[in-house]
Amino acid sequence: MEKIEKKKRSSTTVLQSEKLIVQFGGLKAINEFSFQLSDRELHFIIGPNGAGKTTFLDVLCGKTKPSSGNVLFKQTIELGKLYEYQIVRKGVGRKFQAPSIFPSLSVMSNLEIAMKQQKGFWHTLRAKLSEKDKDRIHEMLLLIGLEQESNRTAGTLAHGQKQWLEIAMVLMQEPELVLLDEPIAGMTEEEEEKTGELLKTIAKDRAVIVVEHDMDFVRKFADKVTVMHEGTWLCDGSMEEVQQNERVLEVYLGRR
Amino acid sequence: MSYLYSKKTLVILGFVILLVMPFVLAPFNLNLLGRFLAYAILALGIGVLWGYAGILSLGHGIFFGFGAYAMAMYLTLQSGGIPDFMGWNGITELPWFWAIFSNPIVAIVLAIAVPMLFAGILGYFTFRNRITGVYFTILTQALVIVVTTLIISQQQYTGGTNGITGFDTIFGYSLNSVTTQQMIYWTTVIFLGLVFLICYKLVNSRFGKVLIAIRDGENRTRFLGYNTSVYQVIVYSFSAGVAGLAGMLFVLQVGIITPSMMGIVPSIEMVLWVAIGGRGTLIGPVIGALITNGASTWFSQTYPDAWLFFIGLVFVLVVVFMPKGIMGIIATIQARRRAKKYGKDRKEETKLYNSSSI
Repeated sequence: MEKIEKKKRSSTTVLQSEKLIVQFGGLKAINEFSFQLSDRELHFIIGPNGAGKTTFLDVLCGKTKPSSGNVLFKQTIELGKLYEYQIVRKGVGRKFQAPSIFPSLSVMSNLEIAMKQQKGFWHTLRAKLSEKDKDRIHEMLLLIGLEQESNRTAGTLAHGQKQWLEIAMVLMQEPELVLLDEPIAGMTEEEEEKTGELLKTIAKDRAVIVVEHDMDFVRKFADKVTVMHEGTWLCDGSMEEVQQNERVLEVYLGRR
Repeated sequence: MSYLYSKKTLVILGFVILLVMPFVLAPFNLNLLGRFLAYAILALGIGVLWGYAGILSLGHGIFFGFGAYAMAMYLTLQSGGIPDFMGWNGITELPWFWAIFSNPIVAIVLAIAVPMLFAGILGYFTFRNRITGVYFTILTQALVIVVTTLIISQQQYTGGTNGITGFDTIFGYSLNSVTTQQMIYWTTVIFLGLVFLICYKLVNSRFGKVLIAIRDGENRTRFLGYNTSVYQVIVYSFSAGVAGLAGMLFVLQVGIITPSMMGIVPSIEMVLWVAIGGRGTLIGPVIGALITNGASTWFSQTYPDAWLFFIGLVFVLVVVFMPKGIMGIIATIQARRRAKKYGKDRKEETKLYNSSSI
C-alpha cells in the first residue's frame, strides 16, 4: 500500500527541461541538458567545477535566460519567459551560495518581507503583522532554531545561522520548488548535520534541488543524484549507483 | 525603548521650538531660518531616497528648481502683464506654458506633480533596465546640466541666467510685509512636520523595510518576489515631489530663483546635508540641512574667501571620519554611555534592532 502511494506521488513531475542550451558568447555553459524532477524529491546535482550546475539554477529562477530549449514548471509554466519576481510568485524559491540576507533588518523583519503575500507597493504600504503572520514566522523560527534571535539584527548572526535564515526566507514564500546552492559551504560539522535534517524536513512537502560539492553530505541525504559534466547530463540515480558509474569515475572523480 | 521614546519627544520639542521662533527671531533671521527649513524638507526627500532606498541622486536641483520656478512664475504673473525679460526679448504675448501658472492652484499642483511625473518616467526607464548605483547617479548629474543649459538658453521664456525675481504679492498680500513672511514661515514649518510624518510612516511600514532590503540586497529582494524597480520608481518620484514642494517654499522666502541655485553645485550640496546629518535616519537630514546652511551663512559672511575650501574640507572629514554623520556620532556616544552603565550587557543590547527608525 505504501509503495503504491509513493509511486503515485513520484509520478507528478514538478520540473522538466528538454535539450536546454545556455550560451555565453562562444561557450555553452549548458548543452542540451535534459532533467526531470518529481514532487517531494530531495534531488542533488553534483559535478566538477564549470559543469553548469549553478547556471542551471540561474535558469530556473530567471537570472539567466535559456538560449534555446525551455524549462517547464508544473508542466505548463515556461520559466524561461518570466521575470525573476514572477517566477517566485509562481512558486520557485532560491537560496544563493553566499548567505544573502538583509543585514540591517531584524531576523523577524527579514522573514516578514519574505512571507508569501501580495508584494506590490500598495499592499506593503499598509500591511500590518497579523497574529496569524506572527505565528507563521514563529513556526519558521522554531524550524531553523532561531526563536531566541527574532529581534536581533540579522547582520550579527553567525554564518550558519544566516544560511538557515535565508532558507527560512525562501520557505516563507511557500514555494513548491526550492533551489539551494551549496547550503553547507563554510559550516561546522554540527551545523551541516542540522542543515541536512532541515533539508529532509523541507522535502516532505515540496521538491528540492541542491547543488553540492561535499560528497559525504550528498551520500547522507540525497534521494536522487544527477551528475552534470560540461553542461550536460551524465547520469542519475541513487548515490551508490552514481558512484559505480564508469563515466562518472572517469570524468568526475578523475580515476580511470 | 525609553530611549526611543525620548527621541520622539525631542522631535516634537524641536517642532514646537520652530513654531514659536517668529516671536523670538528678528525678521531677517527668521527669513534665513525659513529658507533652511525649506532645504530641510528637500533633505528629507533625499534622506529617504538615499538613506533608505540606497539611490543616490545628484540631480535633485532640477526638481527643487521646477517647484521654485513654478511658484516664481505664479508670483510674477500676479503683478499683471508679461514679465519684463520677455518684453526685452521682443515677446508681446504670454506663451501658454506661462499662462497656466497664473492660477495659484494649478501652479502649486504642477510644482509637485511635474517633478513626480518626470522622475517617474525617468525612473521607469532606468530602474526597469537595471541601471542603478553609480550609473544612475551620473545620469542624474548629466540631467542637471541639460536642464540648466536649457533654461539659460531659452532666455526669452525663462529669464536666462538672471532667473526670475521681483515679486510683490502673494494671494493679494504684500510679500515683503513681516506678517506675510511669518505666515510663510509657519507654512514651511507645518509642511516640514507633515513631510517628516509621511516619511516616518513610510520608512517604518513594510514598504520601508522592502526599501532597506533593496538597498542591502536588490537581487535577494527580487528573488523574494518583489518587483524592485516599481519600488525604486515610487520612492524616486516621491522624493522629487518633496523637492518640488521645498522649491516653492524656498522661492517665497528668498524672492529669486536662478539656474545657478539648482545647478550642479547645489545639487551636490543637497546630498552633503544628508551625509553630514546622517544617512538612514530622518532627523539626520533635517539637522544636516540646518547646521550646514547655518554654518555656511555665518562662514561666508565672516570669511567669504575661505568658505568653499571649508565646505570641501568638511565633506572630506565627514566621509572619512563619520560615515554615519552627526546622528552616527550621537548613536556611538549613547552606546558608550550605556556600556558604562550596564557593563558588558551593552553588547547584547547593541545587537538588538531598533524597531522604529526616526
